[in-house]
Amino acid sequence: MPASTASPPTAASAPPAGRRPAARRRRAAALLLLLPALIALILFFVLPLLDIIIGSFTDPEPGLGNYLALFSDGYTLRVLGRTLLVALIVTLVGLLLGYPYAYMMTLASPTTRAVMVTVVLVPFWTSMMARNFAWMVLIQDGGVVQGILSLVGLSGVTLLGTATGVALSMTQVLLPFMVLPMFSVMQQIDRRLLLAGQSLGASRLSTFRKVYLPLSLPGVISGGSLVFVLALGFYVTPALLGSPQSALIAQIISVRTRDLLDFGGAGAMGVLILVVTLIALGASRRLAGTGTAVAAHAVAAGGDR
Amino acid sequence: MNARPWLKIVSVLVGLFLTVPTLVVIPMSFSSSQTFRFPPQGWSLQWYERLFTSPEWSTAILNSLQVGLLTTLLATTLGTAAALGLAMLGSRARGLATGFLLSPIIIPNILIALVVFSAFLRLSLTGTLFGIALAHTAIALPFVVIAVTARLQGMDASLQKAGTSLGAGPLSVFRKITLPLALPGVLSGAVLAFITSFDEVVISLFLQSPTTLTLPVQMFNSVTVQIDPTISAASSLMVVLVSGPILLAQVIGARRGKAGRQ
Repeated sequence: MPASTASPPTAASAPPAGRRPAARRRRAAALLLLLPALIALILFFVLPLLDIIIGSFTDPEPGLGNYLALFSDGYTLRVLGRTLLVALIVTLVGLLLGYPYAYMMTLASPTTRAVMVTVVLVPFWTSMMARNFAWMVLIQDGGVVQGILSLVGLSGVTLLGTATGVALSMTQVLLPFMVLPMFSVMQQIDRRLLLAGQSLGASRLSTFRKVYLPLSLPGVISGGSLVFVLALGFYVTPALLGSPQSALIAQIISVRTRDLLDFGGAGAMGVLILVVTLIALGASRRLAGTGTAVAAHAVAAGGDR
Repeated sequence: MNARPWLKIVSVLVGLFLTVPTLVVIPMSFSSSQTFRFPPQGWSLQWYERLFTSPEWSTAILNSLQVGLLTTLLATTLGTAAALGLAMLGSRARGLATGFLLSPIIIPNILIALVVFSAFLRLSLTGTLFGIALAHTAIALPFVVIAVTARLQGMDASLQKAGTSLGAGPLSVFRKITLPLALPGVLSGAVLAFITSFDEVVISLFLQSPTTLTLPVQMFNSVTVQIDPTISAASSLMVVLVSGPILLAQVIGARRGKAGRQ
């Protein structure tokens, strides 16, 4: 915490006005320290991004042509719809798996909880290629997952090369982003409220529905929106586990960029994802406070908040 | 605790779903067969031999190490300086600058890849290891900033004040107090930066040329372009190199955290 007002012994007997230059020097030093990172980010990220955004409106010719093409060529719209659907399914399945897990974390002893945090972060910190290769082996035709499914009567389900297989792998890796925000909200819920509800005659189920669920909702919203947004941009997983017939938007962006060098068209798709991302995050911020940012920090910092 | 049995069962199942699937790469890497059949029918070390002796795989490993080290150097230097700068700002400016520095986390990698690819095409930085390292620096920077900032926030500000009141100048306060205390954060930031780069696929894929294939790109091509089971050995190597340090840091961090609380 910068304590700019509370350091009297700095300059033996600094008069009140003497602090001003010190504060200014401090700010100059801060700026100087920040400058290299800011310049690097602006040079290699912000300016090129602006360039792509502008290009998406001007590239072959000025106007909204690139955007209109997205909605009129039929194919892109279908891919976009599939991407949104996969992202939604991943979010919902993640919610179903993550909610009980996060709830269990609030009940567990500190040691168990530490283990559970580590476990939930394992996919996040396993090599992306190794993880996807493993899923490829598991869900291939005649693979382990198919064997398990046929045991429960679902024989002959093809997973490799379908959106279902892609969603399976995506759910696994996105689960940390679901669990940690929910956990951080659930942890703050006063469990005496549940006892109060039950002592007033409500059943366990209706206490959960009327008390716990609404109180945990901010965590659900920030986790869910984070997972949804991240799912929109997946490239490696659909490229490896999906097929051209089940392509997601990132694959189309890649083809447009690398094979067709159509930066205007690819840029328009990129801008579309970016806009959806910002809207979803903005909405979740309004609905759930700053949980999303906190969650991103938690995940990035290895979950030790 | 009063957790219901079904809750425990669901949690264990979710835990298994999170951890177990990736482990199949380890038995796979010792398979003797040319296919990806699991479980393997026989055992051999041929994929490890190929991983370390065949020119395309060993070059990819070397490329990845070079890019990773350069990224670590750049991102750790820039990120640490930035985190120190952030700590000196007022809360409003700090919020803005932090948001900006962390923004690459939220932006989908595919968009970063597109943006960087088009810019580097013009600067003729595509197909160079240096270009890949520069792009990786942008996405590794947030992890360093977060790690160092977390460490600085946990620091007792009165130590710096004590140094100053004992007559140390700002520079020697920084060198003798701030930096040593921030060092664990800097180190964990450096590890995260290296891993972020070492494991990155999409940007490296966009910026690839036949001479600058990184290990993840070579792995990607080995299942999309041709079928080369060496990927199983490479995957095992990645699991050990990427997950190992992180999990170790987690365990140490958890233990230290617990000791601190007691």
